[in-house]
Amino acid sequence: MNLIAAWFSHLNDTTGINFTVFYDPFDRARFVQGFLVTLELCGVTITGSVMLGILGAWGQGAASIWLRRLVQFYIQMFRNTPPLVQVYFFYFGLSALLPEVKNSLGMSQPLIGGFVWASISLICFAGAFNVEIFRSGIEAIPHSTIEAAEALGFTRLQTYRQVVLPLGLRICMPALTNNLVNLIKTTPLAYAIAVPELLYVSNQIWSDNENVPEMMLLLFIIYIALVGVLVFIMHRWERALRVPGLGL
Amino acid sequence: MVEPLLIIDNLHKRFAHVEVIKGVSLTVGKGEVACIIGPSGSGKSTLIRCVNALVPFEQGSIKVLGIEVNDPKLDKLQLRKHVGMVFQQYNLFPHRTALQNVMMAPIQVLKRNKPEVEAEAYALLKKVRLEGKEHSYPGELSGGQQQRVAIARSLAMKPDLMLFDEVTAALDPETVGEVLITIRQLAEEGMTCVLVTHEMGFAREVANEVYFTDRGVIVEHAPPASFFANPTDPRTKAFLSQVL
Repeated sequence: MNLIAAWFSHLNDTTGINFTVFYDPFDRARFVQGFLVTLELCGVTITGSVMLGILGAWGQGAASIWLRRLVQFYIQMFRNTPPLVQVYFFYFGLSALLPEVKNSLGMSQPLIGGFVWASISLICFAGAFNVEIFRSGIEAIPHSTIEAAEALGFTRLQTYRQVVLPLGLRICMPALTNNLVNLIKTTPLAYAIAVPELLYVSNQIWSDNENVPEMMLLLFIIYIALVGVLVFIMHRWERALRVPGLGL
Repeated sequence: MVEPLLIIDNLHKRFAHVEVIKGVSLTVGKGEVACIIGPSGSGKSTLIRCVNALVPFEQGSIKVLGIEVNDPKLDKLQLRKHVGMVFQQYNLFPHRTALQNVMMAPIQVLKRNKPEVEAEAYALLKKVRLEGKEHSYPGELSGGQQQRVAIARSLAMKPDLMLFDEVTAALDPETVGEVLITIRQLAEEGMTCVLVTHEMGFAREVANEVYFTDRGVIVEHAPPASFFANPTDPRTKAFLSQVL
């Protein structure tokens, strides 16, 4: 660790290529903190948007026309508007309508903070696509298979959980991976509402040290690595779900 | 006269503007086997799909063990616990093994405990002569084997009535035999069966009553011996002369 710090410090002294995060403890601490926030944001939004997709796809097939219309309205809202506008809509629009609370220092602050608003808006954004992705998988299942479950006495929920979802998921896996990759790449939007994630802390660091190109390079590498890990996990999952003779 | 298990009375069914069933009545007694034959498009499949409420119908009455299928307040799950159905295309759950396919409905629908259901599932697969294939996925089984898993899957619900919808139509002539053996075995054990089939020889062997349908009506019905030896209606005669 010391060796690395010394090397980067030396690099800065001799060439002016300045990776402060590797030798300056203060910059390293905030960079790591930003990375953790980004990780958390990715984890929360991936989980949330997949669950929202599953629920929405269920709602699309509901008997109630109002539930189906509600899902359709939601998809149109969040698929057809820019994600940055959505983040602003939640943070500045909805948040202003909610009451403020006093924090421990006696100052008033919004009821819901930036991180939560960013999570909510990104979940809604990616969830809208996930609903349509799950629908594409579900619609590819032969109707006769679902009919067989019906004939055996399965309720609609049982059919969805036991037959429709496991089969649909296998079919839509590649599309789902694509959308989740996109979601990871959309998380820096949280920067716009001052969530201290990776891009935000990088901005702070390069403002202090005037090392924009170095920080940009680091950002690229970290996002490539993050997406690489996600794709790796999704491929492993896809392989684990593979069923002999099913061809999926 | 045995006690009737299935009573269909003056059934009518239309899809949009086409009336596919125009007043069909038939009664199947407990432990009896009814075979429905007839040209394609004569409403045979629709008829038995009405019986377990897979398709709704407008007019008439179907009673299974006294349960009226045409009741708007019908508890479909209750009905389907009594009625098993086997399809032309097997329709197994491709992501589950043969054993899991058989176990799913009793565990999910009847909420029975797993060890008990598992023991029964092994026994059922043995009964349909699929010992050793318990852990194969449907995609790894032949058509005939898949269809026998489908039969075992229906039997796991311990139905009182089994519906077979052209279950051998997708199979090659050699594998047809292995599925028919299983159905015959069921009939011999006293299972009440309604079969839609093109297997005339099989109908002649196992049926108590053969029904010939054409364009939505039952043209003629009789016990197999007289049905095949002395058909009376000209349409039946024409059909039989083509297929026999």
